[in-house]
Amino acid sequence: MTTMPFEDLERAYDDLAAAIDRVGPSGEALLLAKLALLLAQRLDGIATFRESLAVALEDLPVAG
Amino acid sequence: MRPAGRGPLESLYFHYPHFSARPVPELDGQTITHPVAIVGGGPVGMTAALALARYGIRSVLLDRKPTFNDGSRATCIARASYHIFEQIGAVAPFLAKSLGWRRGRSFFRGREIYRFDMPHSDDEKYLPMYNLQQQYLEQYLWDAVARSPLIDARWESEVSAIAEQPDGVRLRIETPLGAYPLTAQYVLAADGARSAVRGLLGLRLQGENYEGRYVIADVRMEHDYPTERRALFDPASNPGGTVLIHKQPDNIWRVDYQLRDGESAEAAVEEANIRARVGAILKDIGHDKPWELEWWSIYTANTLCLDDYTHGRTIFIGDSAHIVPIFGVRGLNNGLADAFNIGWKLGYVLGGQAGAGLLDSYTPERRGATLDVFANASKSARFMTPPTRGVALMRAAVLSLALRHDFVRRFVDPRLMVPYTYRETLGETARRRDSEFSGGAVAGSACVNAHLADGSYLLDHVGTGFAGLYFSDGAPLDPALAARLGALDPRFTLVTIAAPGAAAPAGAIADPHGTVSRRLAAGPGSFYLLRPDMHVAGRWRRLEATEVTDVLALALGRSQGRTG
Ligand SMILES: Cc1cc2nc3c(=O)[nH]c(=O)nc-3n(C[C@H](O)[C@H](O)[C@H](O)COP(=O)(O)OP(=O)(O)OC[C@H]3O[C@@H](n4cnc5c(N)ncnc54)[C@H](O)[C@@H]3O)c2cc1C
Repeated sequence: MTTMPFEDLERAYDDLAAAIDRVGPSGEALLLAKLALLLAQRLDGIATFRESLAVALEDLPVAG
Repeated sequence: MRPAGRGPLESLYFHYPHFSARPVPELDGQTITHPVAIVGGGPVGMTAALALARYGIRSVLLDRKPTFNDGSRATCIARASYHIFEQIGAVAPFLAKSLGWRRGRSFFRGREIYRFDMPHSDDEKYLPMYNLQQQYLEQYLWDAVARSPLIDARWESEVSAIAEQPDGVRLRIETPLGAYPLTAQYVLAADGARSAVRGLLGLRLQGENYEGRYVIADVRMEHDYPTERRALFDPASNPGGTVLIHKQPDNIWRVDYQLRDGESAEAAVEEANIRARVGAILKDIGHDKPWELEWWSIYTANTLCLDDYTHGRTIFIGDSAHIVPIFGVRGLNNGLADAFNIGWKLGYVLGGQAGAGLLDSYTPERRGATLDVFANASKSARFMTPPTRGVALMRAAVLSLALRHDFVRRFVDPRLMVPYTYRETLGETARRRDSEFSGGAVAGSACVNAHLADGSYLLDHVGTGFAGLYFSDGAPLDPALAARLGALDPRFTLVTIAAPGAAAPAGAIADPHGTVSRRLAAGPGSFYLLRPDMHVAGRWRRLEATEVTDVLALALGRSQGRTG
């Protein structure tokens, strides 16, 4: 699998931050969920998605 | 429920007949052993009685009420159910009255996000779906029941006790004319979701209850919109909730809406609230003319069923065996398939053409169908009413994306009823031979239909028993094999299909354009064995005579090809 050059990842970081600011707290969760579905759809199988999800969950507190 | 001032049976458009209890021999102290007693004369009980009558079996049909079920209840009837109505000799009035359809559209905040067309072609005899109020359905089944000399229908006759006996079942029947015992070799419990028989036998439904409460209301109005399924997600008239709208005959429209969180069920079903909510929805869909309220009810979604549909000689069919969410319109359609499945099997067993072991296939097949319904319906239920914040967020993401993007639109699909494939009761031979095909009707599935050159349909020709579809390679089927199949099942019907483009010999079906062989992925010498319910018992790319007789024997609940 090819990875994105770091400079592009930095742009993605900024774009996502700007988008989150644009929709505000009431829309950010929806925005991220839509984005995740769009990206998931571009993968060629569920495995990469599940691995990424597991990594994203690392070090996050579990909701009480 | 009905508007204030109208009695429970005072419909705007339907006249409920009244049936009284009649004197019966048991009230004079006579003892008769009935082959079959059916508890419950709802749609499923009546269908079972008619299916048994098709196989020459008498039944006594008991219902505690003096008339049909009140209110409209089930509305959408699937193609497979129309095939059943045809087989039990009742389809004509259904076709005359019901509204056929095949499309659906879903809207999110007023914008169309999804459209579906159910699979349909010229090779199908019936449309994928028909809308008809349940009381018409019961009326038409009743008309067929009343015509049958084999069905002893007893209204105002309530089953209050049940006792298993070595060779039958003894029931206690309460009627306005007195109480009496009734004995039967078999009992079919078709007494609905609150089944008394289930309770009397100490059996319990197992499964899950879902979040979300819905109101269904029927209204009468002049409203111009095609017959199709309309689903509104988050409409202005029901923010955050869903609404479903269906057209029924007689200018009756079904409006189904989800209650808001925290809305009390008691308040929701008050007439004033129903009128306000329904009025807002009708305005939302552009109806600003008058409308009348016919009937309403409230429901929650459940997936509940019995672990075993058979308890000794008592067999559960319809809502007594399973309660399914109405999403996907499976409640009634699933029950009708139960009735026909047990109908032909019990018909064969009581008629002596099959071993009692045949009945063992009822639970795996029909409970299997119910579990499949559950899988689909629970996905639909979770989509209609997200049970957690996470599911709600993902649904919101899907609905938002669906405004412009195709890839998420299937999430919105209502997963409407399709007939279930009976894989669990297939033998090893049937499975192995099935894998030699690519395409056609897989073993266990409801056989596909085909439009024939003479205007009739393939499945019009299969008779009432098992049937063989023989794709001729020029020669007729070996008469010795035909005789063996006929000896195993006296109703056996052989359907010979001429090779594509070849002249059809007398009695054979011509296939000038190869449609039939294409639909069934058949070649010269192929053979399909169909059951009386038109499910495929087995199929062979090239006929193997001994295997065909063995598979037929197995499908008849016998162990070997010769005797039982
Ligand atoms: C309010 C409501 C709305 C519904 N809406 C839909 C819908 O939109 N779509 C859909 O697909 N399905 C719907 N359903 C489900 C559908 O109506 C049922 O699946 C269908 O009626 C089941 O038929 P049945 O014959 O198994 O049971 P029922 O129709 O319930 O019939 C059972 C019969 O048994 C009789 N009975 C009960 N106890 C006894 C006894 N002890 N002795 C003698 N007789 C007895 C009753 O009088 C009744 O006639 C709805 C159901 C309800 C209640």
